[in-house]
Amino acid sequence: MTTHQVVPALESEEATDPFLLAGETFTSRLLLGTGGVPSLEVLERAIVASGTQLVTVALRRVETSTSGGLLEVLDRCGVRLLPNTAGCMTAREAVLTAQLAREAFDTGWVKLEVIGDEHTLLPDPVELLDAAEQLVADGFTVLPYTSDDPILARRLADAGCAAVMPLGSPIGSGLGIRNPHNIALIREMVSVPVVLDAGIGTASDAALAMELGCDAVLLASAVTHARDAEQMALAMRHAVEAGRLAAGAGRIPRRWHAQASTPMQGRPDL
Amino acid sequence: MQITINGVATDVDHHITVAALVSGRATERSRVAVAVNAEVVPRSQWDMAQLEPGDSIELLTATAGG
Repeated sequence: MTTHQVVPALESEEATDPFLLAGETFTSRLLLGTGGVPSLEVLERAIVASGTQLVTVALRRVETSTSGGLLEVLDRCGVRLLPNTAGCMTAREAVLTAQLAREAFDTGWVKLEVIGDEHTLLPDPVELLDAAEQLVADGFTVLPYTSDDPILARRLADAGCAAVMPLGSPIGSGLGIRNPHNIALIREMVSVPVVLDAGIGTASDAALAMELGCDAVLLASAVTHARDAEQMALAMRHAVEAGRLAAGAGRIPRRWHAQASTPMQGRPDL
Repeated sequence: MQITINGVATDVDHHITVAALVSGRATERSRVAVAVNAEVVPRSQWDMAQLEPGDSIELLTATAGG
């Protein structure tokens, strides 16, 4: 593993080094999705416990919206909104949704999702790249949810995306990071931030993402569907910080056989 | 005249503006977005934009997701 080469060692007392994304500086490296939250009260406690500064929202019809008070909660928490294009299956739909979100929330930032299939919710790479190119040309700060394909990630970065957000495993599956090697490869192959997005099941998954060199983690279900969302949010905060610190500190090489840490020299003859 | 609002056929006054439609249906004017026939209508044009019979309107706001 070579992640120690891309994550700087930490010298101060801060939890982790700042997270730079599209010219903005965040102290938290945890992005929180709001999907699946059982109540706004639980959401607010989870946001506070997580320490997140960037929270995703979706755009839906006013009548069917269950958002009563959602934006008020997010305002109160002082977090920045990151609208998504959840549910879009074509570049045309995703571009239009992003443009509507920009109108509604007065932000040019978008978590770009273009799924190819309602069963797996895996990204449609062709439509995703098309939408990303259109939105970058329209001045958006594009944060694409993508598969764990390093070549696609590079194409998205080359298209001008402000970050790439590869999945660890399918949305809501809680299966963790199925291909850690690809995530580490993506970190090596692009210069923009890499945000592990989707599939996180528990704190160790988030820590692994950071140890692999990811710059941040975006998760929702792992917190919103946890038996105790607030406690899991706190666990995720610590996991992301621990993973970042470990990546910066540099793990020891893996060895096939044991290596004593206590010297044999000076051992008494008993 | 009849238009479609969020998928539901609805009778409204002739040539109602987007602004009037929004103020009647959304609790606050801010943080709402409007598409007419799958095209964004910027907030700055809501007062001028008159709807036509048969128009399809999507009136959208934030919900938990992602």
